[in-house]
Amino acid sequence: MLNCQRATRLLSDAQERNLTFTERMNLQMHTVMCSGCRNFERQMQTLRRITRAYAKSDIAQDE
Amino acid sequence: MTDRHPLPGGEAIRDASDLTDPQFLQDLRRQMVRFATLQLSDTSLAEDAVQEALIGALKSARSFGGRAALKTWVFAILKNKIMDVLRKRQRLMEVGGLPNQNEEDHDFGELFNAKGFWQEDERPTAWGDPEAAVHDQHFWRVFEACLEHLPGQQGRVFMMREFIEMETPEICKTAGVSVTNLNVMLHRARLRLRKCLENSWFSPGESPC
Repeated sequence: MLNCQRATRLLSDAQERNLTFTERMNLQMHTVMCSGCRNFERQMQTLRRITRAYAKSDIAQDE
Repeated sequence: MTDRHPLPGGEAIRDASDLTDPQFLQDLRRQMVRFATLQLSDTSLAEDAVQEALIGALKSARSFGGRAALKTWVFAILKNKIMDVLRKRQRLMEVGGLPNQNEEDHDFGELFNAKGFWQEDERPTAWGDPEAAVHDQHFWRVFEACLEHLPGQQGRVFMMREFIEMETPEICKTAGVSVTNLNVMLHRARLRLRKCLENSWFSPGESPC
């Protein structure tokens, strides 16, 4: 059974490489029961989208 | 502005002549310098990279369907300049490049209990509306502040990965770290950034408006 530290590591790694079948199974078993890691999983995708949008953002325009 | 041709939709095609609009150029330049400074942690190197990118942009003027497209293009040139500087700097970064074990234990100890499960008050909560955030200028200030809080090497590899969109082998070469080390650093950077954004922006009831 994965703990949250290990689960978040796999969820971070999933942004870099394809996880193995076993890793995906273990993760799924964990996230079904853990709302924190489910939120973390969603946030990993949001984080990537946000960061890539940063260069296109208009932060400087009202200064 | 005879070089702007109206489109059927009423939108004007702009070209690099927008780069001669002082207000637009000033805003763009400021944003580029901030971006490059975060990446290079050196203001004068950042200013140089921005200067070169803008000169490059002016040299190869093309047409754009609006300022957003122009900006994307100028930033693409800037990313290449930054990558050049990072490559040259490769050897410098190898010194003290590996993550510090104590620091890491400390990071994780704050977030997870002894069994590696979330501490009660560290468990990630659902984020309200991330799509709305990206249209909010205040959000980007929070985002920048959170980025600046990432420890040096962690912040650098995170930005190589997510801003410049370099692939794993290239980051490892440039930063002089192993794949495992890179993944450890990215994991930590994401944990930190996530927490910072949640605490300063997404946490329920705490947004400024």
